[in-house]
Amino acid sequence: MNNPYLPRPIKIIDRWEESGIDHTFRVENDMNLIGGQFLQLSIPGVGEAPISISDFTDKYLDMTIRKVGKLTDGIFDLQAGDKIFVRGPYGNGFNLDQYKGKNLVIVAGGTGLAPVKNVVNYFYNNMDLVKSFTLIVGFKTPNDILFRDEIKKWSEKINVVLTVDSADESWTGETGLVTKHIAVCDMKDLDNTEVIVVGPPIMMKFATIEFVKRGLAEEKIWVSFERKMSCGIGKCGHCKIDETYVCLEGPVFNYVKAKELID
Amino acid sequence: MAYKVSIKQFNHVLNTLSDKYKIYGPKKIEKKGRYSDTDLVCYKPISGLDEMELNEKSFFSPKEIIYPIRETLFYFTEDNVSVPSVPDEKIIIFLRPCDINGMKRLDTIFLQNGPEQDFYYKRLREKVKFFMIECNEGFDSCFCVSMNGNKTDEYAVACKFNNDNVILNIQDEEFKALFSEGAEEVQHEVEFVEENKVKVEIPPVDKVTKEVFENDIWTEYTHRCIGCGRCNTSCITCACFTMQDQHYGKDNKMGERRRVWASCQVDGYSTMAGNHDFRTKKGDRMRFKTMHKINDFHKRFGFHMCVGCGRCDDVCPEYISFPKCIEKVNEIVKGDSNE
Ligand SMILES: Cc1cc2nc3c(=O)[nH]c(=O)nc-3n(C[C@H](O)[C@H](O)[C@H](O)COP(=O)(O)OP(=O)(O)OC[C@H]3O[C@@H](n4cnc5c(N)ncnc54)[C@H](O)[C@@H]3O)c2cc1C
Ligand code: SF4
Ligand code: SF4
Ligand code: FES
Repeated sequence: MNNPYLPRPIKIIDRWEESGIDHTFRVENDMNLIGGQFLQLSIPGVGEAPISISDFTDKYLDMTIRKVGKLTDGIFDLQAGDKIFVRGPYGNGFNLDQYKGKNLVIVAGGTGLAPVKNVVNYFYNNMDLVKSFTLIVGFKTPNDILFRDEIKKWSEKINVVLTVDSADESWTGETGLVTKHIAVCDMKDLDNTEVIVVGPPIMMKFATIEFVKRGLAEEKIWVSFERKMSCGIGKCGHCKIDETYVCLEGPVFNYVKAKELID
Repeated sequence: MAYKVSIKQFNHVLNTLSDKYKIYGPKKIEKKGRYSDTDLVCYKPISGLDEMELNEKSFFSPKEIIYPIRETLFYFTEDNVSVPSVPDEKIIIFLRPCDINGMKRLDTIFLQNGPEQDFYYKRLREKVKFFMIECNEGFDSCFCVSMNGNKTDEYAVACKFNNDNVILNIQDEEFKALFSEGAEEVQHEVEFVEENKVKVEIPPVDKVTKEVFENDIWTEYTHRCIGCGRCNTSCITCACFTMQDQHYGKDNKMGERRRVWASCQVDGYSTMAGNHDFRTKKGDRMRFKTMHKINDFHKRFGFHMCVGCGRCDDVCPEYISFPKCIEKVNEIVKGDSNE
């Protein structure tokens, strides 16, 4: 009988700093993955938590982890060559076909960029598959910016708006919440536009409202949810909202569905 | 055809069965009740009918037999992970129709929700056979009839306990062979409770709208409920759990991962990193629980989760009544449709 709770060890290939408290861990990959899915990552004896797959190839996968508590503290003690435990992948992930041939707008707040990073990279490498591509990313301060080098690289082909909520004089880029930039973003062909919004709940709420205000149909907006999760397989109940299990039917939801979910 | 056996004969067969089966039934544990000098009725291994408490409802449900309060998923050492085994013994549980129906709800979550089955639940569940206790009449707080939890045919043996004999309707051949020997054949249709003192109308799922969620009936519970979680731990159908890791010694090299029952009424159930929480108010948690029991689950699986055992009412220290709560929801729903 298959035991879905048993994690398997995988090797850490590399790790590097994104910001003071966010590090990316690159591990060996033997799974078939979809961008936006997550793994249950663990150190037996310390803890287990859902972590998004930020990017992957068939050789490795990356996870960008914020040091916030027991398990993530433990993970930050690990180095290349060490083993970490995983089970999954879980969740539905983003359906790339949905965005092909469309004007794609992705809005990400803070660590919310991690779960959509694979989607960004996919279309960055296949720009001919979209009509246009705008990426609006917001961080609290310049020190919180993740994937700095990649954002610079993306700017060569993608229309990137990088903004921070607050900054000192040395910051020469955009400031203000992502909603401010959505309000001015160039959106002509609404019928052929698809939008992805990922970030903290409050940011997702106001960002989606902004798009609807601009006349975008609700079914063209996609969001990704985070909830407490203990199992990832529809048993523990923690991630449930109404009759929906975020670990099974999500974490990616169409806004038409997402806006009806009441925690 | 049913069989009538004496208590002595019944105990004799139980004794024979105990070679192969661990037998559980509701048992009274003296002086372990909620208040001083009261007793606690809960599920324990039994060896005979005289050990079973049949005149009172059990405070805890039999679910912990197949879904333990705390269960080790695996032990690990530096280079080895091992899953604890369970005894080979098969299991017989004496339980009432509502609890058999409750087990069906647990089966639904653990074996049908999502693409994967729960290994730990399944391996215990497969060992279990149900000996149904026929209810002569419900207890004061039961509302099984309203919830359709009063009837079932998912039993190996149905037992009607009389003062000096037991009448058995047997569906499982293994037990038929054992009980029929020397027994008197009698006419008996299995009887179910057809009416409870507590009756409640369940609002149709398609009528429960956002207004119910946003209504201020829930604020009452923010003030009354103390978030102790007893309603969840006593409930036959509550299935939620949280993972817990434990290591032995300083070097983290050995330890275990286990799961423990979780309660949606208790702090921390939905708390995420950064202390971000989704339902801080007790009223919101009551709404979450209520909707799961009489609405959400039905939307997924086509029948209600709550089976009307009434235990949540029996155990609540604040005397919060679940049927009353359902009634309030129903009033809103009816009010809405009258407009
Ligand atoms: C689908 C999904 C994807 C995710 N992706 C990522 C990702 O890519 N990167 C990432 O870094 N994180 C991600 N997360 C979040 C991640 O799962 C949490 O940060 C993780 O649980 C932290 O685990 P921990 O053991 O280190 O923290 P914990 O020790 O659990 O503590 C985390 C924080 O919560 C508080 N806390 C914990 N338990 C309680 C409680 N019972 N009551 C009150 N407060 C409590 C602690 O004070 C602490 O601040 C994701 C979550 C989901 C659901
Ligand atoms: S919600 Fe209450 S009445 Fe319904 S099954 Fe659970 S304990 Fe019994
Ligand atoms: S038993 Fe009563 S007080 Fe305790 S959590 Fe349940 S409803 Fe609240
Ligand atoms: S994470 Fe356990 S049910 Fe979704």
